[in-house]
Amino acid sequence: MELKEKLIASFMAFENTVDLNSPIHDIRSEAIKTFENHGFPTKKDEAWKYTSLNSILKHNYSVFPKHENTIAFNDVKKYFIHDIDSYKIVFIDGKYSSYLSQTTHDGIDVCLMSAALTKPKYRPIIENYFNTIASKDGLIALNTAFSQEGAYIYIGKNKSVDKPVQILHFSTGVEAALLLQPRNLIIVDQNSHLQIIERHQSLTDNPVLTNSVTEIFADKRAIVDYYKIQNDNENASLIDNTFIDQKQESVVSVHTFSFGGKLTRNNLNFYQYGERIESTLKGVTILGNKQHVDHHTLVRHTEPNCESHQDYKGIFGDAATGVFNGKIIVNKEAQKTNAYQANNNILLSDKASINTKPQLEIFADDVKCSHGCTIGQLDESAMFYMRSRGIPEKEAKALLMYAFSNNVLESVKIPELKQRINKIIATKLGVNIGFDL
Amino acid sequence: MLKINNLHASVENKAILKGINLEVNPGEVHAIMGPNGSGKSTLASVIAGREDYEVEAGEIYLDNENINDLSAEERAHKGIFMSFQYPVEIPGVSVTNFMKAAINETRKAKGLEDMPANEMLKLIREKSELLEIDRKFLSRSLNEGFSGGEKKRNEIFQMAMLEPKLAILDETDSGLDIDALRIVANGVNKLKSDANAVIVITHYQRLLDYIVPDFVHVLYDGRIVKSGPKELAHELEKKGYDWIKEAVV
Repeated sequence: MELKEKLIASFMAFENTVDLNSPIHDIRSEAIKTFENHGFPTKKDEAWKYTSLNSILKHNYSVFPKHENTIAFNDVKKYFIHDIDSYKIVFIDGKYSSYLSQTTHDGIDVCLMSAALTKPKYRPIIENYFNTIASKDGLIALNTAFSQEGAYIYIGKNKSVDKPVQILHFSTGVEAALLLQPRNLIIVDQNSHLQIIERHQSLTDNPVLTNSVTEIFADKRAIVDYYKIQNDNENASLIDNTFIDQKQESVVSVHTFSFGGKLTRNNLNFYQYGERIESTLKGVTILGNKQHVDHHTLVRHTEPNCESHQDYKGIFGDAATGVFNGKIIVNKEAQKTNAYQANNNILLSDKASINTKPQLEIFADDVKCSHGCTIGQLDESAMFYMRSRGIPEKEAKALLMYAFSNNVLESVKIPELKQRINKIIATKLGVNIGFDL
Repeated sequence: MLKINNLHASVENKAILKGINLEVNPGEVHAIMGPNGSGKSTLASVIAGREDYEVEAGEIYLDNENINDLSAEERAHKGIFMSFQYPVEIPGVSVTNFMKAAINETRKAKGLEDMPANEMLKLIREKSELLEIDRKFLSRSLNEGFSGGEKKRNEIFQMAMLEPKLAILDETDSGLDIDALRIVANGVNKLKSDANAVIVITHYQRLLDYIVPDFVHVLYDGRIVKSGPKELAHELEKKGYDWIKEAVV
């Protein structure tokens, strides 16, 4: 049976395991119909022209989690930013792991979607926010239909959350092939501040496909910093759909570090509803072998005096392939918009490739919008400069790649996280250059 | 120390060096002068091991070892240093960290352990004082946003840190005001000993008032067409290069 049919057939069984009186019962039922109509995207869809899901959809995935699994903390410690105090929401094979997690209800809610979807006290919030900004295409509808578990974070007014929240998803290979569909809802009320670090990690070579949907609401003057670490193994694929709703004077940044995975698709969507909003979208991609990444960004400016900054750096070696499609929409009311977009790429081999496409739709006449994309090789003069000082070729290359990604790394606000990312880069490049990058 | 025999080199099939012969002994300072496009910078790059240049014929010996096939980093490990005319900017890597990497990679190549941190700090302090470099400068990203003078001073600082056997200064005087020139030259002079040698590549005689050469060579159209004592530099300054060109033709 094709995956699509299997999923539709599984929906009935799934519905029986969840609360039929749930506030989202109708939303789920509607969503499975949408998925049935749209199915999975194909290369005929303009937005999927350069990314084919064929090779990852052929597996016979288990479509919702059955077993509760445990992992010893020491075995997965390295995937946490463990040298800082943090809240943790951890899932193993799609099931919540209370043992590895540290949640809270003390003035803020850092807990589980499954609780938020079933407990009456969350009902008003779910009805108000759930699935209100996620778009309605096939993959997102699929996630919505099966939405059950994920992170639920609610930060009330005037709260600066004292430590970051880490959201981790592990898969253990208990299933021959596993489909995970985490669903996150994050609400940050007026004047509040939240930092999130998210990571998906497969611990075996069994195929894993994660189709994740995250909705984030940043109210007036809220500050949200979201960091996505994508450094999975080459049998794991991720389709990340993130939607951000920003109100007046809110400041939201999303950093995406794509260092590994068979196929990674990031659909990152910012919707600005208010004045003087700032949105930042930054990414560093370093891939080799036959890995593929596809960054699809969208920023919609609807009101005056807002800003958006996009800066994506890509380094592609071997036969790795990349896509960057950055869309900026400026509505005609959104005068004095400042929107910047840059996508710079380095190809390390003849077989590596990148398709990069800026898409600007500007309906206002008094705006500053700029975009630029470059594709090049490592600078030979810079290579010679470093080698002439005694730094061998491999290390010199690593330093140059690091320098190339530096302005994205510089804007990471959690020092321990920045250090960790530097370490991942150094490990990935196989160098030890006598100082911490 | 350095011996170059009949060196021919080309870039993209265009012959640049057409038979260079040069011998540099320990303790000597050689100046290589010549008009633009004569091959001065190419000679420096070929000695330092830049791969874009194809050595078509001839040999380069360092301490009687043929180094033709050595990579740039291997030559650096053997004590060749080239100060760049246009130093490259490396954002996110501080001057200090860059030097740590350069020194420790060189030590690694020699089978030595990394230099202990306190020793490194002491060396950095000592050499930055020599070049009158502010400590704050050392934590800035390498060459990023440096003025022309700062870049050149930083090159000589790196030379001081690496203590090369053979230093090649490629147009180190370009872009320097008189104070920076004095500091840079002073640094080079203090590093000079009977055991090392310096090749100064320059278009003008100005730098040679500060770094006094033992020999002056005139490079023209890929060949050394005239060699002489330091007075030759003054003559070139006065008469320009045209008389050399005419003499060659």
